[in-house]
Amino acid sequence: MTSPAAYQVSHLDALEAESIFVMREVVAEMERPVLLFSGGKDSIVMLRLAQKAFAPANIPFPVMHVDTGHNFPEVLDYRDRRVAELGLQLIVASVPEALNKGLVRESADGMRNRIQTPVLLEAVEKHRFDALFGGARRDEEKARAKERVFSFRDEFGQWDPKNQRPELWALYNGRHHPGESIRVFPLSNWTELDVWHYIARERIPLPSIYYAHEREVVERDGMLYAVNEFFRARAGEQPFKAQVRYRTVGDASCTAAVSSDADTVEKVIEEVAATRITERGATRGDDRVSEAAMEDRKREGYF
Amino acid sequence: MSVETLAPAESETARPMDLLRFATAGSVDDGKSTLIGRLLYDTKSLFSDQLAAVEAVSAARGDEYTNLALLTDGLRAEREQGITIDVAYRYFATPRRKFIIADTPGHTQYTRNMVTGASTADLALILVDARKGLVEQSRRHAFLCSLLRVPHLVLCVNKMDLVDWSQEVYERIADEFTAFAAKLDVPDLTVVPVSALQGDNIVTRSENMPWYEGPSLLHHLERVHIASDRNLVDVRFPVQYVIRPQSTTVTDYRGYAGQVASGVLKPGDEVMVLPSGFTSRIAAVETADGPVDEAFPPMSVTVRLTDELDISRGDMICRPNNAPMAVQDIEAMVCWMDETRPLQVGGRYAIKHTTRSARAIVRGLHYRLDINSLHRDETAGELKLNEIGRVRLRTTVPLLADEYRRNRTTGGFVIIDESTNRTVGAGMIVEAG
Repeated sequence: MTSPAAYQVSHLDALEAESIFVMREVVAEMERPVLLFSGGKDSIVMLRLAQKAFAPANIPFPVMHVDTGHNFPEVLDYRDRRVAELGLQLIVASVPEALNKGLVRESADGMRNRIQTPVLLEAVEKHRFDALFGGARRDEEKARAKERVFSFRDEFGQWDPKNQRPELWALYNGRHHPGESIRVFPLSNWTELDVWHYIARERIPLPSIYYAHEREVVERDGMLYAVNEFFRARAGEQPFKAQVRYRTVGDASCTAAVSSDADTVEKVIEEVAATRITERGATRGDDRVSEAAMEDRKREGYF
Repeated sequence: MSVETLAPAESETARPMDLLRFATAGSVDDGKSTLIGRLLYDTKSLFSDQLAAVEAVSAARGDEYTNLALLTDGLRAEREQGITIDVAYRYFATPRRKFIIADTPGHTQYTRNMVTGASTADLALILVDARKGLVEQSRRHAFLCSLLRVPHLVLCVNKMDLVDWSQEVYERIADEFTAFAAKLDVPDLTVVPVSALQGDNIVTRSENMPWYEGPSLLHHLERVHIASDRNLVDVRFPVQYVIRPQSTTVTDYRGYAGQVASGVLKPGDEVMVLPSGFTSRIAAVETADGPVDEAFPPMSVTVRLTDELDISRGDMICRPNNAPMAVQDIEAMVCWMDETRPLQVGGRYAIKHTTRSARAIVRGLHYRLDINSLHRDETAGELKLNEIGRVRLRTTVPLLADEYRRNRTTGGFVIIDESTNRTVGAGMIVEAG
């Protein structure tokens, strides 16, 4: 007989088991799930978990990219390669197309984070998706810390933080009326460091911009932004070459890089373990708008 | 404050980190937010931009000290009203363990939130103010922890600095709480005198209380033995999803996917499938990384059997000589969670229990429990928001269930309103049949 002490799993195994359970629950109970895939590390880990949850069968749902048109080319390449390797159906919900059609209008500051929401909601309606897997984690942000794993959205895609379903044990309530949907966050209980430990353990390839490389940047609001076709230096801003990497991957016009020499996954883990600034705080212009910027976007139907 | 104790000892580095989930209960006045802030800060899990944001908001509001409650109170309404609305989840890790805190508010809708947080907790941490001693709320929290069968309870007697680090004060509170907990059937209780504000007995042993011989709070959280809390005796594998690849390369594959609720499953084991009662043997226990020799909680695996049986979601794989009850008449303690409509006798609801869904009718309400006095009101006709009572239910299909005190996974269920789809209640099976 084995002693009870032997029947222990590591924290990564426990998190993996929980995420796999959540993904299987969705596929078993919901009609039309889709996985939101940005090419960022969290959605990449989510895709790996989906592979594991349904092996040896293929992943039984499509993936959707809400494309702001402000992309890092390395990330788009990665997206297309990964989708082809796994034989997945890719749906692109395009913000530039929506701009052309007049569905949304460019905001004054040029940031497309907020106008992604109507584009996402239109695609959800068109494809009649009733469950959307998102890679959001509760450690990222205060509003997310209070969101359920199965997060109910009304027919306008809105989140009502004061009217959430209690979530007990592993009993997730995905019931909804036609037109309503559930956002599902299988990585709710993972931290940034857990994600990196898992990437290392599973040897998951990532877009190269997650590792240190040389890039021309300018400093704005204390953050390092790459100079490219979506982000121009303003008068008085002097572009310079710096060794940087991206901690998050989002819209190229509002995602900043961090100064870093971490060019391997092991070095990134060391760096993340030692850092004293949250990933969104270090890299996201869109969260600096107000204390409740994320909550406000989520109420409107954001991820 | 010192964080040196967090460095792993040589011999410990090889040991993989495990996971401990704990719920905290108490109000801002008890110093709960300060305690959580202290744990996060001292384990380097609190980031400088988070702290700076909280300091800025505190200063703007004219708070006299940095209000660490703002770390978790992220919603607009919470900031505006200065209250905590919902369960907030926080994370920190030491080299030994990763911790998930379900931080539940002490006052508003305390029962619903506390029950939610406690449902998945390995441990619950209750705070009292040393100057005030046990209050009604402390007893209520202890009762809810015992109702939800949280295996480990920690009472933190906080603000010891304000009672001159008095051993007498501490012992009076500890004795009173221990006596109360004994009535509640709490399996493991630890009492720690602390000062969250000054960091005494949080990460390191306090020099102000040499009379206290127990561990610091973090030391206890890191070492409390949780492996044997899992039920490794009763094999319960609720079938979640049937994997049947539509593929030319993988043919004739049929696997039953799920998360092990309890027990240990091994290839070659004889098993029984409920509700059919058919028996078979485990051909293989598989994961995406290959077959495994055994599966136990909380592993998510795929089980293959030697015989082709008709098995679908909601069925349960168990052992022929150790099976759950298959029952339609259920006695349960129910905590009601809906503010709009109360639970009433004759009410019809949907039920989710393991991976099985059913409909149920409330056949009877034996009593409503006053969770402060533990008095049973047998005249009660309904259960309103945050009320708890003993209920008799009749379900449309048999539930494959165990008593909650024996098995938290196969003994718990949620009640869903079929018209609003809201989760309106949580049930813990007391007995069945």
